[in-house]
Amino acid sequence: MNQWEVVIGIETHAQLATVSKIFSGASTAFGAEPNTQACAVDLALPGVLPVLNRKAVDCAIRFGLSIGAEVAPKSVFARKNYFYPDLPKGYQISQMDLPVVVGGSLTLQVGSGDKAYEKVVRLTRAHLEEDAGKSLHEDFHGKSGIDLNRAGTPLLEIVTEPDMRSSDEAVAYAKALHGLVRWIGICDGNMQEGSFRCDANVSVRPKGQAEFGTRREIKNLNSFRFLKEAIDYEVHWQINEIEEGRRIQQATVLFDPDTGETRTMRTKEDAHDYRYFPDPDLLPLMIGAEWIERIKGELPELPGQKRERFTNVLGLSAYDAATLTASQEIAAYFEAVVAVAGQGNAKPCANWVMVDLAARLNKEGLEMAESPVSAQQLGGLILRIADNTISNNIAKKVFEALWNGEGATADEVIDKQGLKQITDSGAIEALVDEVLAANAANVAEFKAGKEKAFNALVGQVMKAAKGKANPQQVNDLLKKKLAG
Amino acid sequence: MSLTLEQVKRIAHLARIETNDAEALSTQGHLNGIFQLIEQMQAVDTTGVEPMAHAQDLGQRLRDDAVSEPDRRKAYQAVAPETEAGLYLVPKVIE
Repeated sequence: MNQWEVVIGIETHAQLATVSKIFSGASTAFGAEPNTQACAVDLALPGVLPVLNRKAVDCAIRFGLSIGAEVAPKSVFARKNYFYPDLPKGYQISQMDLPVVVGGSLTLQVGSGDKAYEKVVRLTRAHLEEDAGKSLHEDFHGKSGIDLNRAGTPLLEIVTEPDMRSSDEAVAYAKALHGLVRWIGICDGNMQEGSFRCDANVSVRPKGQAEFGTRREIKNLNSFRFLKEAIDYEVHWQINEIEEGRRIQQATVLFDPDTGETRTMRTKEDAHDYRYFPDPDLLPLMIGAEWIERIKGELPELPGQKRERFTNVLGLSAYDAATLTASQEIAAYFEAVVAVAGQGNAKPCANWVMVDLAARLNKEGLEMAESPVSAQQLGGLILRIADNTISNNIAKKVFEALWNGEGATADEVIDKQGLKQITDSGAIEALVDEVLAANAANVAEFKAGKEKAFNALVGQVMKAAKGKANPQQVNDLLKKKLAG
Repeated sequence: MSLTLEQVKRIAHLARIETNDAEALSTQGHLNGIFQLIEQMQAVDTTGVEPMAHAQDLGQRLRDDAVSEPDRRKAYQAVAPETEAGLYLVPKVIE
């Protein structure tokens, strides 16, 4: 395994967030009764002509600008010819030689903690195309049922260079891309509904070899977990084949989530010859500088720019910054917390959002936007930790209270439940004296050199204080008294 | 450039057009005639001329993103050979 290098390229179909189709005025709403959103253009009735949806082009421009790509001043729609019942025209309108977006790159964070590293994945192109309908192969008296509601739905196909070297990098890329298309509002990213699906081109080669191995393409992966499982299985399979002396044949394969295996759909020999040619029904798509400038002006601060600001201005680690910019919701929440707690408290804000809040949301299966604790409330709570009104431990109690709606603000909860930290050294000293007198055995153990006994004494004092004594002061006072 | 009989048959297969040998042979003649025409045109010096993707030198017209097509399934399916549960039925196809 170690002498092999894995090479992965990814093609993603992102369904664009338009209300109507790319070339017709039929609705794109998900879940409608079969064929109620398939109009004459989508059905390819004779004499119909496609008219391009401006919003779909807006989306492509947004994407191009957000990855630092060139938005082509002139791009051309082409016919990709093949026969399948869910494609009534006998061709798919796509782009071939002149795509709308050329080049660009995406910077991602792979792994976490000490092992985290940054990776740049180059993009080859992104082009506009229409989706096909759906074939249902359940038994209709030995026939297939065709639903053309999805036919003509606008897609942006986003193609990378073969830059990824592991399934982890592939998943990190897919997640970063998924985050980006949602961030810039061009795709809802709903993977269950097929709004965002990935094909992975996978090959292996001996380490150090310049040429790529023969690749196989895994089609239609609609979850990050399947993407990882499918690539891991495929890599294992390919290495095994080569080591057994067999050659890899170029092929398209499907991943079966139930067995965790990939199986061949078609091999190169009967691969389609699509006979692309410019679609005479559509004129070239011209995108002028003004149009690009207008879209540029509408773009929000991008995840990459935000990440940079979080590390440079707020002093967060690259990992924290990447986690907090995974989606616009998380970033917006975090920034609202910092707005209340202050930039000086950015690090505790990051920790509370990424650890405590994320864990609690996860446990309840809630999204950031559904959090019962608002960013303002959390910011207020962090302020009280920063000014020593409460300890971190008590803060967790206050957080829980806010979560359960036991108060409108951290201050109110602290007041109502009497959680204010005891910082009066006289009061703490009294507690310490009390504990020392009542725990002579621990004192003796400590003096005999048992460090653990000290912690037991701290615990006793905190217990006597109902957790509200300032831990640092308790430590200091105990040390002083035991030394004296 | 000219096409072999094999290529003609392959194109016919890709286009799902059934051809017998005689038809393929005559089609080969027609197609190669067209290729000769193209060859003549390719003799013209087009240095410095930007290739066009369309015969008309115009840009694509665009429409606003709005739903304008109502549901007309009933009318469309009235002329379909076979339908069931709102679906168009076709001979079974599984890859």
